[in-house]
Amino acid sequence: MTETIRFLDYAPAPESTAILTLRESYGLFIDGEFSDGHGESFSTISPATEKKIAQISTADASDVDRAVAAARRAYSRTWSKLSGADRGKYLFRIARLVQERARELAVAESLDNGKPIRESRDVDVPLVAAWFFYYAGWADKLDYAGVGPNPRSLGVAAQVIPWNFPLLMLAWKIAPALAAGNTVVIKPAETTPLTALIFAEILQQADLPAGVVNIITGAGDTGSLLVNHPDVNKVAFTGSTAVGRSIARSTAGSGKKLTLELGGKAANIVFDDAPMDQAIEGIVNGIFFNQGHVCCAGSRLLVQENVKDEVVDRLKARLSTLRLGDPLDKNTDIGAINSRAQLDRIRELSDIGEQEGAERWTADCEIPKTGFWFAPTIFTNVSTSHRIAREEVFGPVLSVLSFRTPAEAIAKANNTPYGLSAGIWSSNGSRVLGVADKLRAGVIWANTFNQFDPASPFGGYKESGYGREGGRHGLAAYLTSAARESLGQVAPSSAPIETPAATKKATK
Amino acid sequence: MTRLAVPKTYKLYIGGKFPRSESGRVYEITNATGEFLANAAKASRKDARDAVVAARAATGGWAGATGYNRGQVLYRIAELLEGRRAQFVAELRASESLSESAAQLQVDAAIDIWVWYAGWADKYVQVAGNGNPVSGPYFNISTPEATGVVAIIAPQESSLLGLVSVIAPALVSGNTVVVVASERAPLAAISLSEVLATSDVPGGVINVLTGSAAEIAPWLASHADVNALDLAGAGDLDGDLSWVDLQIAAAETLKRVLPPENGIPAPSVERITFFTETKTVWHTKGII
Repeated sequence: MTETIRFLDYAPAPESTAILTLRESYGLFIDGEFSDGHGESFSTISPATEKKIAQISTADASDVDRAVAAARRAYSRTWSKLSGADRGKYLFRIARLVQERARELAVAESLDNGKPIRESRDVDVPLVAAWFFYYAGWADKLDYAGVGPNPRSLGVAAQVIPWNFPLLMLAWKIAPALAAGNTVVIKPAETTPLTALIFAEILQQADLPAGVVNIITGAGDTGSLLVNHPDVNKVAFTGSTAVGRSIARSTAGSGKKLTLELGGKAANIVFDDAPMDQAIEGIVNGIFFNQGHVCCAGSRLLVQENVKDEVVDRLKARLSTLRLGDPLDKNTDIGAINSRAQLDRIRELSDIGEQEGAERWTADCEIPKTGFWFAPTIFTNVSTSHRIAREEVFGPVLSVLSFRTPAEAIAKANNTPYGLSAGIWSSNGSRVLGVADKLRAGVIWANTFNQFDPASPFGGYKESGYGREGGRHGLAAYLTSAARESLGQVAPSSAPIETPAATKKATK
Repeated sequence: MTRLAVPKTYKLYIGGKFPRSESGRVYEITNATGEFLANAAKASRKDARDAVVAARAATGGWAGATGYNRGQVLYRIAELLEGRRAQFVAELRASESLSESAAQLQVDAAIDIWVWYAGWADKYVQVAGNGNPVSGPYFNISTPEATGVVAIIAPQESSLLGLVSVIAPALVSGNTVVVVASERAPLAAISLSEVLATSDVPGGVINVLTGSAAEIAPWLASHADVNALDLAGAGDLDGDLSWVDLQIAAAETLKRVLPPENGIPAPSVERITFFTETKTVWHTKGII
């Protein structure tokens, strides 16, 4: 499989940006309208060209106060008084508007984030619409969400989201929060605010009551002000484990309900009886999807020793056919790295990989002259103690390790403080289920990888965070009930379920 | 001539054995009127770490047992406690100065809690998990499973009932437990350990420390091999330490933390599911 395969040259097929009507500058979306922030504004650039797209406001403490106050007002005066059916209707409207403006959102996302249009068009934006559609239907069915009788909303939710799936993460956060009856202040990442601001226009078109969703932009300081605001009842964060830790610390004792979706170092385990064609595609999708900027990326490939050489050779052949370049080109497989800072981080860890003795292979592809790029890279001869086998690279870098027995594969897979996702490739169904049972990870893909669905809970074990997004589990993150309050999350009250009679007397 | 009683030596319960504290320390336990009852072991940082090691080693077997099996093991504890009802009533009367009827109520409630939670072991998965109707040719199912090692600060009041109310729910899903017993009234916890040691609970599944919660808890809160923290009885710790400090320490390893309770936690399925992780498994579907 190592012979060079000749491919036809593809003519450029760029998606037009004419569909976008962007403003030169964007304010903060607070209380239903845009207003300037009081922090220092910044520009968002295209990582593929380093050209400026728009000027973006920074929310300072007074702006965060304004946004939280607007969310609180909307919660107490409007949103909490609306029926579940009406909340659902707003969410259905949003889902439809996202579908109507899908192409525009996909182009904006690829422009601002650097991901291939093929992905933003076929994965990100369709999932955004699906997420709103799924949770829309829950809004008037909360009694069936499984959190106990008479579930109630929490209040104002503070949400901080990352740059790898900007609009999709927004949907993961906003849809369940609104369905459950909360109002929202959300902060997109500073390198990818564009689609969130276009989404604000969609909210205006949907005629969502003012203040129900407030979108504020800025960097980490703005996020910190938001999650630490005293009038916030719920904090939801997706991002790095380091920031997740600091949020867990700063919200300790505050009574704020917290869910964290953090880093990962997923093992993708390939047994010798795997369906090999699918496995090769799955490995590529697992780590090179979205340039590897995926918290659940299959960044540690564990291959059974007797098929290791075959797998690595076929991977190299396949990676040599991937097309790196203009994110807006419909033929592009690998887009731009999201920022210079992230590119530096990927380069640093890759260099460390070489210094520690791993063998580096990089796909031979032409790198554009401007912008941030990193060619697909594979490390072999990686040992479990290497930093590239332990730390999240968050880039198109795959570490290959081998194993002999299923027990060794399981031990190596679990040998990480993370526990977000894992992959298993085997044609033996019994082995798949047996290994899945023993992996300490929140999402396990068997003979597939990087599948997402609004009906399917997503979230990690251990230091990958806590709480789930998606499905009814994701809804539960935004609800409370008498049963949950008895766990000290809000005010203590009695458990509504039947309990032993003697206990009731004794605990009076 | 009256018979001279044989008093019991109270030690720790770690890994299915009854060691003294490695520190050699004890502290005096008295009843409400200040009369000497016994010396209890005063557990150290090293004892806490030993307990975590024992608990970690026991996770595979306990979490790997079937729910039906775990349910029977928990039910067996209730059976044995029932047989020792008189002993525990007498101990609670002595250590907590309870009336006969109040002590009986506590012991009965503790037994009933084991029965109630035992019944959940082969059911909570059906309540907390579900199949997911994803938009594609995939089998997709979400199931809860044990989070791992749970460190618990038991309620300070009601030494037996408080203890059982926090350890039983953590055990249902297959977690193993390191519990710091009520500091003022730890003797019932060690007597309960004697019941556990002669029941079918594998060694290391429940580890009981006595001593100062304020001294031991920070080591458990920051221990990287502890997955979750139940601060039920940490609402009013000795000295300057607050339960919030423990939650802050736990943030470093992103432990799941249950805040303090007022009084004794009521039995609830939420106490079971709080110490679980939801695992979602996708598998391709196809006709080959």
